[in-house]
Amino acid sequence: MKELRLMKGNEAFAEAAIRAGADGYFGYPITPQSEVMEYLMAQKTEERTGMVTLQAESEIAAINMVYGGACCGKRVLTSSSSPGISLKQEGISYIAGAELPCVILNCVRGGPGLGTIQPSQSDYFQSTKGGGHGDYRLIVLAPASVQEMADFASLGFDLAFKYRNPVLILADGAIGQVMEKVELQPQQPRLTMDEIKKNTPWATVGRANGRERNFVTSLDLDSLRMEKHNHDLQAKYRQIEENEMRYEALQCDDADYIFVAYGTSSRLCQKAIQLAREEGIKVGLLRPITLFPFPKKPLEDLSKRVKGMLVVELSMGQMIEDVRLSVHDKIKVEHFGRAGGMIPSPHDIVDALKKQIIGG
Amino acid sequence: MAEFKTNPEIVKPENLVYKRTEMLTPATMHYCPGCGHGTTHRIIMEVIEEMGVAADTVGIAPVGCSVLAYDYMNIDMQEAAHGRAPALATAVKRLMPEKFVFTYQGDGDLAAIGTAETIHACNRGENITIIFVNNGIYGMTGGQMAPTTLENMKASTCPYGRDIATMGSPLKITELIAQLPGTMYVTRQAVHTPAAVRSTKKAIRKAFENQKLKKGLSFVEVVSNCNSGWKMTPRQANEWMVQNMFPYFPLGDIKVNE
Amino acid sequence: MTEEIIIAGFGGQGVLSMGKILAYGGVMQDKEVSWMPSYGPEMRGGTANVTVIISDERINSPILTQFDTAIILNQQSLDKFEKAVKVGGTLIYDPNGLTRLPERKDINIYAIDATEKASELGLAKIFNMIVLGGFLKIKPIVSDEFLRKGLEKSLPARHHNLIPENEKAIQLGKTLIKEIHKN
Repeated sequence: MKELRLMKGNEAFAEAAIRAGADGYFGYPITPQSEVMEYLMAQKTEERTGMVTLQAESEIAAINMVYGGACCGKRVLTSSSSPGISLKQEGISYIAGAELPCVILNCVRGGPGLGTIQPSQSDYFQSTKGGGHGDYRLIVLAPASVQEMADFASLGFDLAFKYRNPVLILADGAIGQVMEKVELQPQQPRLTMDEIKKNTPWATVGRANGRERNFVTSLDLDSLRMEKHNHDLQAKYRQIEENEMRYEALQCDDADYIFVAYGTSSRLCQKAIQLAREEGIKVGLLRPITLFPFPKKPLEDLSKRVKGMLVVELSMGQMIEDVRLSVHDKIKVEHFGRAGGMIPSPHDIVDALKKQIIGG
Repeated sequence: MAEFKTNPEIVKPENLVYKRTEMLTPATMHYCPGCGHGTTHRIIMEVIEEMGVAADTVGIAPVGCSVLAYDYMNIDMQEAAHGRAPALATAVKRLMPEKFVFTYQGDGDLAAIGTAETIHACNRGENITIIFVNNGIYGMTGGQMAPTTLENMKASTCPYGRDIATMGSPLKITELIAQLPGTMYVTRQAVHTPAAVRSTKKAIRKAFENQKLKKGLSFVEVVSNCNSGWKMTPRQANEWMVQNMFPYFPLGDIKVNE
Repeated sequence: MTEEIIIAGFGGQGVLSMGKILAYGGVMQDKEVSWMPSYGPEMRGGTANVTVIISDERINSPILTQFDTAIILNQQSLDKFEKAVKVGGTLIYDPNGLTRLPERKDINIYAIDATEKASELGLAKIFNMIVLGGFLKIKPIVSDEFLRKGLEKSLPARHHNLIPENEKAIQLGKTLIKEIHKN
């Protein structure tokens, strides 16, 4: 039976992870996402489902615990916020290189450096272009509501295992802290050891029954083989681009102009659409739900019939580069945003649309 | 490698005095002749074979000379990032408490870049075994100073010898972690003589048996030579080790909880 | 119907929990809701505020700069949010500790002596429920029945014995609130 609750985004993510049959969470406290581990600890996950919840000594240790758990075919996850995610990048690169499934939540705060604790979207480049060293991609999901924080925990695991690839949930402080109504899925059982052996025959769970040893590594000193591995990874990413691109189009059908925004800024844009349409300006919203793969095609299609696009981000302009690449400079594409934890008002967004796109 | 023909007399079963354990793969090890890694690998694998737990053991390889340990150890293995093996092992053991889990780490990996992971895994009393090979130098990257490089000992990043005033003292991490309530067995061994090998094997066996008791972490340091890094012959290196390493890193049990 | 509310005061006045109880009441009444707090070190004894939206439709932005109603519980919050009330909107304040009263003429203004009443009754803990009652008198967007369910959901089970007391405070608030200025 489905269940309705009022929850913070961070709590909904944690609860949904338990219900998705997660085996282990490894984390380190950082604002604005500490509720994730606090919630899991309060839930006594070990008693509730057998899920391990462990506070690590650092973000580095936490992501490497995730790495170890993922090597065993377990459903493991971690969460952090921007400075902590930077620390995790080494481990994320290893996990991507070794082709392991896991879920990582980044509840983004303003940077660079220690920055601020207020919401931001300034980690777009880091999230979508790799993040750590080497040529790799994460599947990046951008929730815009508490409901999606919950839904993406289980979707994240599904995609991670389907492609043996880490999935990053790119939220921000606002989505993590806001409470909204959320419908929770029923508890899924955790996988048994037999199921793990069957589903993930590569897992390092002990080489029983005379099978050859499994080893998980991201190292190959043979450059030719390493090059082939890179080609294989890229082929997988193309497949992900083909199958997993997700977006939402709101009021685009009659639109002359389009806001392109994800997460919290997409919510601000929805209010801005309401205000603009009250003034007779026909504007819609294209909201990428996956940031990798990026919705290039829908944007390209829209560019053939709208006059301009305003990319609204809580950053100095990062996603705009992908939007411009998608529309091939056919129409005017400009950026509007605030940074460092500041949030523009929907009125500011309408004004920017008028000034930078309509009048510009 | 050149083919050579073995005298058929020698390979007769009745003449067999030593046999490679099936727990080691047939791969030719890349370790330098005289290095202690090969011996240490072998005795860990013999212990696993003798305990009959090959199907229930997961090992974690480090970054360093033994980065390719998974090529030789014929069990399920994971290759960690530099210094992070105890973090991986923590998760593996927590998620599969019925498995035997060990890390195999060098001095740079365990006592420099991975100090935090080492100390905190020990402090939490993770029910795992850590095998720590200490040869006082970074072997794989070509002989740089390690946290355990002795005073005045030369390395490529301390070409005039380790200067305590600017580079700190060689770190006795084994004594350090022995103070933590989470460790139940902490010992320092060596593999340079048959007697030392037997003693080390006994220690490793005890460390693995301890996992059944679930009372904490077992930590076996193996003081070893790095004849290439030290720029000596294997024999000179072992003599130097006895004369210089052992006084600073004395062999024997440091902590034994029952 | 969409009601966009800011509740602002000192940390410790129960600002966040008042918003949560209101929002949970909304959930129980099958409304769309959002509850967005200010967060971080400023909560440690400094000012605290929360934006609550209750609507019949999908809520667009949980973060707002203009509000239908501002519930103001200290001077800093009055200075910050009086100008953020929409023209024709509502401002409710507790006069306790205010050195300057609201001045706008284009909004509806109400006062509620909740601090004084709560201390008179020795019930400082339910101060926020008195204020919530006052708000619901002016804007009955959540019914008593569903607010009770909201209380049950947002209070941990061990505090459920306090629900009758909370409900009484809400009813008290309804009688305490008085109109200061009508637009």
